[in-house]
Formats: sequence, structure tokens, C-alpha cells
Amino acid sequence: MPSRPMTGRCTALLVLAVVVFSFAATARASELFVSNEVDDTVTVLDGDSYKVIATIPTDQRPRGIIETLDHKAVLVCDGDSSNIDVIDTKTLKVTRRINTGPDPETLAMSVSGDRIYVSNENNALVTVIDYATGKWITQVPVGIEPEGLAVSRDGRIVVVVSEETSMAHFIDTKTWQVVANVLLDTRPRVVVYTPDQRYLWASSEVGGTVSVIDPGSHQVVHVINFDIPGVDEQYIGPVGIRFTADGRTAFVALGRSNRVAVVNARTYEVEQYILVGQRPWQLTFSPDRSKLYVANGLTNDVTIIDVSSQKALKSVPVGRLPWGIAVVP
Amino acid sequence: MTGLRVIKRSDRRLIVRRGVRLSGLLTLALLAGVSKPFEASAAGAAAPRTFPIVYLREAYPAPGIMPSLLETQPADEGLAGAEDGTAEINTTGKFLGLNFKLYVETLPAGADVAAQARRLFTRGPAVIVADLRADDLLKLADAPSIKGSLILDMRTTEDSLRQQDCRSNVFHILPNQAMRVDALAQFLVEKRWTRWFLLHGPTQEDAVYAADVRRSAARYGARVVAARSYDYSPGSRRSDTGYQQIQTQMPLATQVGSDYDVLFVADETDLFGDYLPYNTFDARPVVGTQGLIAAAWTPAFQSYSALQMQHRFELFAHRGMTERDYGAWLAVSIVGDAVMRGRTVSPAGIRAYLRSDKFLIAGFKGQGLTFRSWDQQLRQPVLIAQPLMVISMSPQNGFLHPGNTADTLGFDQPETQCRLAP
Repeated sequence: MPSRPMTGRCTALLVLAVVVFSFAATARASELFVSNEVDDTVTVLDGDSYKVIATIPTDQRPRGIIETLDHKAVLVCDGDSSNIDVIDTKTLKVTRRINTGPDPETLAMSVSGDRIYVSNENNALVTVIDYATGKWITQVPVGIEPEGLAVSRDGRIVVVVSEETSMAHFIDTKTWQVVANVLLDTRPRVVVYTPDQRYLWASSEVGGTVSVIDPGSHQVVHVINFDIPGVDEQYIGPVGIRFTADGRTAFVALGRSNRVAVVNARTYEVEQYILVGQRPWQLTFSPDRSKLYVANGLTNDVTIIDVSSQKALKSVPVGRLPWGIAVVP
Repeated sequence: MTGLRVIKRSDRRLIVRRGVRLSGLLTLALLAGVSKPFEASAAGAAAPRTFPIVYLREAYPAPGIMPSLLETQPADEGLAGAEDGTAEINTTGKFLGLNFKLYVETLPAGADVAAQARRLFTRGPAVIVADLRADDLLKLADAPSIKGSLILDMRTTEDSLRQQDCRSNVFHILPNQAMRVDALAQFLVEKRWTRWFLLHGPTQEDAVYAADVRRSAARYGARVVAARSYDYSPGSRRSDTGYQQIQTQMPLATQVGSDYDVLFVADETDLFGDYLPYNTFDARPVVGTQGLIAAAWTPAFQSYSALQMQHRFELFAHRGMTERDYGAWLAVSIVGDAVMRGRTVSPAGIRAYLRSDKFLIAGFKGQGLTFRSWDQQLRQPVLIAQPLMVISMSPQNGFLHPGNTADTLGFDQPETQCRLAP
């Protein structure tokens, strides 16, 4: 736009713009909540400008982080403090602490939002907690270093992967028994149901693969390998997995290879590698799924990827050792 | 050889043997009961099948007085790692209807290893985790009575066992001397501290280590600008004026005409190396077998999920995890992986699996670890550490290799002197 001396009309427009902007601000854009493992904080980023809105102090070693179904709260596991911090998404303050038992690493919510499932990394347990009261419903023994959790859409099954044992364990939520175990490649980190619930994808960080599991037969039906030209295969460490809503495409964070893989979820072909910051682990979509947010542990930033063009738009700084991201619309 | 030694903060508790003793009559034919591959199964299925692992060690005489009071050698060093590892693979095994059992056998000091092997291994091939020194390991490997058995060497660091004295039935877990020296050398070259003063002790191991230092200097463009042997025993450990003697001896021993960047010490038996830092004639850092060391593991390491391992070991053994504990833990983990993921149960089958491209074990190094086919040494990044802190991990950035960068450490295929029998 050519520059001109400011006229009365322009001033009026400017005033209008300010009014509109402040109105939008009260409506509030989406927000990203990023857990910073080393800083003991959660960074809150504005979902439009990606500016830091707040830095919320948490208990020690915050890692796994999710939003509640009603988006009123963000829950973050504090590994070294044995609890979950409940962050009010309006006031951006920790309003409640829920005792989880030792070393909670990640968590998931039940389908109805009444229970939380927590993986206790040091204790080889999944702790089931009533969200309203914070009371423990049960603890389920699983493999060593349990981490990623997935809940089936019908709520009947919770799947947890254990890093040291290298297995996916299927927990029946009626009996709280482990009903099946599937051996995976070395050090699985994350497990996710495909949107159509037909398969589970589990990433193996040291194995360097993603296993596709049939949850009916409990068999691995396909193993996805990654091959990045010019990158040593030992740097390819798959962790976070996210599917587009139509289930056609999966994004897989590849750790020290500093890339996110774009995988065709029908053919299992890797279509692209998107260069991001250093050591991406967890990733998540914006509410409208047009953007993918990637937490880069070693560069202390979050990369924003445009989903349709599959291009990294920019990276924005957060705290030290960002681990996971929750998004609230 | 030193790794980082144990710094114990609590009193040693009574060591409780959690393993099971292996008597001469006891069967290793338990293997016969484990013939089918293992399928993942529902928990609480049929009675578990048992897979035996023999932990073989010798009651070596305790080392003399260590230079520092903070150094101790726990009586269960190594064994505690094997026991913890067995408990961990049994967590996986439990879900697969499989139980690993650790049979612990301690040979008397000075035992004739071949004769003992004849007594112990009467029922066919076994899988042996060997906590033995180099000479005993070699005797075991060559003992006719263990024909067909597989040995996982979780203790030795001698170059010779990876070179002229390699054996096809032995796999080595811990990095050997040349790997350690290369790991340090890469770090020093990366820092451009390339002028080295080599101070070596009187033992044969010290001579090998010193030769490795010269080899690394030639490989990486550093220079040994001065070299000296130190064979005076600093017999002042427990005397009231010990520090005064050391304060006189060490500057004398380290006064050299050449200017150098670092002192590279080769003192595999911990005779004098720990006296060097801050006692050198010139203000120079000390690296090598003491000072800044190279190791597979130290109780201070916490990256790549090592923190979780340190927690688990502390809970299990009530002390920090030493490199030997780690070696034993990793050896047992490798057996577990071969049986459960490799779906193989015979020693010959396990050997083939460990040599195949299917094998990959996690050892808290941020990448999968594999065996070199030419000398059956575990290929691995190596920690660079001072007593309370891990400083770096080699290979360093920029040291390239056409295959795996970890093969820049130690004896690569073109230079191996190992000729394995098929």
C-alpha cells in the first residue's frame, strides 16, 4: 500500500480497527500450551501471533500434556513431583494438583472425560484416576517405563506402550486386566488409534520404525521404515504421531533427524520429510487442523507447519526442552 | 583399567543373593524345554517356560587400597546389573509366558577355568554372561566342555581380545581400550587440544593403552609431544603427610620441556593417575584412564532415558550403577532380546541373530547398538566424563564414516586383526 499522509478517514479506520481487534482479543484466539521439561513451566502461545501470552510455573519436570474435553483445563504430568497440574485455561493458573503416584510421564482422558489414565514411568504402572475427585480407581501393572497411551473410541480399551519392555499392552477398562501384549521394535514411545479405529500406530524410537497394529488380532500388520537421504539411520527416532481428520495422512516426528515425516496412511509410503527444529518429539494440530505444531526439544522452540502445503512456516521460541503441546480453541 | 569408580553415599547393606546357584549337576538342558518361538499371549496363560542364563565370575582377590576413600568396589558389582537386567527381561517375559533364570556361579580365586568349566557345563551348550578377566575369559572360550556355548563378555576392555585373541563364541559388551582412547581423542581434537603429553604406568595394559594413544594421535592429526613412564609407586595413601609427598612427586613427574595442551595418562590399574589433576607442573587438564575418562556408563549419566535406568538400579541395588553393572545389565538384556524378539533359543541361533541385521539393542545412547561382524564388539557411542559429570559423547560431530559413525571408534573392519572361525 502506498504511503500517504494520514487523513481523518484513515484515523477513523484505525480507531475501528483497534475496536475490532480488542473485541477479537476478548473472544480470544486458540492457545498452545507447551510443557518445558527443564524449566518447570508451561509456555502459553497465542494461536494467531504465536507470541508468548504467559509462562506458568508448574511442579517439577512437566512432560505429558493434554487439554480436557471441555477445554476448561490443561493437564500436565510433573514427573519429579508425582502429580498432575491442572491449569485453568481462562485464568492461566494452576488451580489444582492431582496425586498420580511416582513419575507420571504421560496421560490420556477417558472418552467421557471422567477418568484420567497416567503412565508411571518408574513404577511400570498405569494409574487410573477419577478426574472429579482425584481418587485412584486402580493401578494396572504393565511393562517397564510405560509411556504413550491411547484410548479406544468406545472406551473399552486403553493401550499403553512400555519403552524398556518394548510392548503395547491392551488394558480392558471393565476388568482392568491386561488382555493382550504386542512386542514392538525397540523403545516404543507413542501409540495412536487411526481415526477409523481400524489400526493402532506405535512409534519405536530406537528401533527407528512405526508399527501398525491390528487391535482385533493384536498382530503387527505392517512396519513403516524411514530413510532420509544424507541422514544416518541411527538419528531417525520416531516419537509423536498425528493423523489428519480424514485418516489419509500421518505426521511422524523423527527425533534427532530433525524432521517430521509425512506418511500416506493407506499405502504406508513416506511422501515427504519436513525439516523442523532439533529433536522434535511430540506434535499436535491446531483446532481447525490447518496447522501442525511440533515441539523441538534441543532448539527450545515450536515449529509451525502448514498442513495443506506441508511446509514449515516458522519456529517460535518457548522454554527449555519443550516436550509436549496441548491446544485449546 | 578404571571406569568411573563407585562413589557410595550410603553404608553398604548386606548383599542378598537374588540369583540361583548353579550346581555341577544342575541341568542346562532346561533349554530343551524352550524349543518353540514365543508368541505374545494373554497374561496369566500357561505356565511359563524357563530360559537359563549362567552368570560366571571368579572370586578375585579384592584390590588393594584405592587412592581415594570415595572409591569402593561393591561385592555385587556386575552381578547386581545382571540381576536387575534379569528382572527387567522377565517383565517382558511374563507377558510372553517365559521366565529367565539367572544361575550364578562363582569360581574360587585362581581357579583352573577349563577344569571348572568341565565340572559345570555337562549338559550341552549354554548362554554365559562372563564376569571374568581377560586371561580367564580366553581359557573359558577355549574350553572344550563349553563347545557350542555362547559367551557375553561384560567385563573386559583389552584390545587383544578384539584383535589377535578374538573368539567366535565371544561377544564383547564394553568398549575396548582403543575405542575409549579414540573417543577421548575425537573430543580433544574437536577442542583443538592436539598436543599431548603421554604419561604411562608400568603395566602391560598401560603399554597397550599408550600405544592406543599414539595410534589415535596419528588417526586424528594430534601429536604426542612428550612421553614419559611413571613407575614409582606413590606409597603415601594412608600416611598423614601423603598429600605433601604427592605434591612433590607429581610436579616432578610432569615437568617436561615441551609445551603441551593436555596430559594423557595411561594408568589402567589406578596406581597414580588420580593424583595428577591439579598436581601437574604446568596448568594442564588430565585425560585418559583418570581425570576426564571415556566409558560406556557412569553413575552420573542421565541422557537418553539413562535417568530412568539410574533410578531403577538405585531402587534395586541401593547404590549407583557402575560401568560393570551396566555391562552385565546390557548382556542380559541382549539375551532377552535374542530370545523374545529374535525368537531364537539355542546358543548357535542366538549367535546368528546377534550377528544379523535384525539385531538392535537399546542402551541409553540415543541410538540402537549392534555388534561389529568382524570382531563381535558392541558398536556404541562412548561417554566422555569427569567424576561428577558427563561432558560429552563420542563420536564427535564431523568425524565421518561411510557406514556407521560409531565405527570411527576402535578397530574398524579394514584394520582388524581378528579372524573369526565361522
